[in-house]
Amino acid sequence: MKKFRIPKSWFFLSPMFVLVTLFFAVPVVITVVMSFTDMDYSFEWNFIGFMNFQDMASDFLIPKVLLNTLVYTFATLSLFNVGMALLLSLLTTSISDRLGDFFRSLWMLPRLTPSVVYGLLWLWIFDPTKYGLVNNIRAWFNLPPQDWLHQTPMLMVILANGFIGASMGMLIFTAAIKAIPIDYYRAALIDGASWFTITRKITLPLIKWQILFVTAYQTLSLLTSFEYILIITDGGPIFRTEVWALYTYHTAFESFRYGYGATLSVILVLVGIAAAFVYLKLFGFEALMSKPRIEVD
Amino acid sequence: MEGVKKYQLTFFQRNSQKIAQVIIVLILILVTSPIILGYAWLILRSFSEDIVQGFIPTKLTLKNWRFLWQNIEGYPSIWKITMNTFLLALGVMVIEILITSMGGYALSRYEFPGRSSILRLILVLHAFPAISLMVAIFYVLWNLGLLNKLWGIILVKASLEIPWGTWVMKGFYDGIPWELEWAGLVDGYSRLQVWRKVILPIAKPGIAVTGIFAFLSGWSEFVFVNTFIFEQQTWTLSKYVKGIIGDFRFVDYGLLTAVGLFYVIPTIVFFFFVSKYMIKLTIGGVKG
Repeated sequence: MKKFRIPKSWFFLSPMFVLVTLFFAVPVVITVVMSFTDMDYSFEWNFIGFMNFQDMASDFLIPKVLLNTLVYTFATLSLFNVGMALLLSLLTTSISDRLGDFFRSLWMLPRLTPSVVYGLLWLWIFDPTKYGLVNNIRAWFNLPPQDWLHQTPMLMVILANGFIGASMGMLIFTAAIKAIPIDYYRAALIDGASWFTITRKITLPLIKWQILFVTAYQTLSLLTSFEYILIITDGGPIFRTEVWALYTYHTAFESFRYGYGATLSVILVLVGIAAAFVYLKLFGFEALMSKPRIEVD
Repeated sequence: MEGVKKYQLTFFQRNSQKIAQVIIVLILILVTSPIILGYAWLILRSFSEDIVQGFIPTKLTLKNWRFLWQNIEGYPSIWKITMNTFLLALGVMVIEILITSMGGYALSRYEFPGRSSILRLILVLHAFPAISLMVAIFYVLWNLGLLNKLWGIILVKASLEIPWGTWVMKGFYDGIPWELEWAGLVDGYSRLQVWRKVILPIAKPGIAVTGIFAFLSGWSEFVFVNTFIFEQQTWTLSKYVKGIIGDFRFVDYGLLTAVGLFYVIPTIVFFFFVSKYMIKLTIGGVKG
């Protein structure tokens, strides 16, 4: 009789399961259940049905927050996470590898820098006094300092997030461009094609899959990110940079309305789950999952 | 001879390639300038009394670094805070290495029911915005008695990075030839011993990469510390620097930049190693 044995793979996987269950699976369930309560800092499960969802529909801030989220996501994505990323990858692959690597490394720096220090750099760049970088440049032309935080808060958070977000697309596009066979370019050059023609007719069509991937992936990550906005403007002044994710955070951890905060999160969770599954369908990750070749237990 | 004109190209035609290169580099410098100037300012300002034209230092001083030997009023000792930050980073690193080096191995080398579902789940989790679960995670930590404790942050932070780390480690294991394992098994090792004595030593570069990223992400963590830690004594540098920015902005940029620079030292130390690796990474491993 064969004794039942726990497969060895379980031994390797169980620690992962414990943490993933505790901090992914359980929180998803709790978020959904909590959205039907009016839980506050006393942590009582007081169920109130769909009240929170009704509140959300009549919340006067929601239209503003939605609009902010759209502007922020669309602008950062198009200008930086895809736009700047494309520009950087096209330019850095047109010069020597050493210089290209140098510039690409520089663009990695913001991503690795602790967020509060990175935020400090942008607070200095847009400092309202004459000590800020932008106001310094204005001083060269005898222009008075401007209070950027009150004039263009949305631009500040878009730039701050953009300079971080551009690096992911840059790396992916660069890898894709480097993988294009050089013969295509040689042939185009012989035919007399200019740099712009080559870029438009050869490079871009060949990396369109990567562009699609970065667009999809970064849309989700921008929709749910709020760390740098929290640090730089904290949603202000008067909610002008309050995006959905930050509004969720403020509702829960500043107004202590956990129930309503959870309701707002549910929307993000739903968007997140839907998007994650769309990626899987769209980008066929099956290819990455080759099966192991030996089986000894 | 006057009649025969030499076939001569203009300066621009002769050097068109070089000129194009120079223009490209200039454009790159221009778009990268906020990064370059920002970090230049951070370094220069922290060592100078005052600054002109934005970032040109006037008089060198170490006064801005006074927080190293005396406490800033209203703030705990920087060394206590640095120790907390280090413990947090170390904790995240150790847990993540432990879990992902095991999980990645199972996913790379074992065939078992549900394997491809787990891989799929990992990719979904990797793309999934865990930050949207903060309210619920707050509740979970409260229940476990881990609110206001470094351990709570360590566990949350490590968990959220597991999908990424497992995927990277699996990639490293995938690159190790099977023959080594066969050889180990033929020599009479069990599967566990093969993993410990043959595979792990070879997977060291993968462990180093995962470990460094985990360390840096723990070291930099802000939002969870800001939300789940209430006592100054348990603060990490992110919360300390944020506090200093709030209190001394407009008053003492020297102190701000010095504290900020102190905080990014580990990042800069690892930067050269990590960025070189990141530049070579493709889709699989970079979290947006």
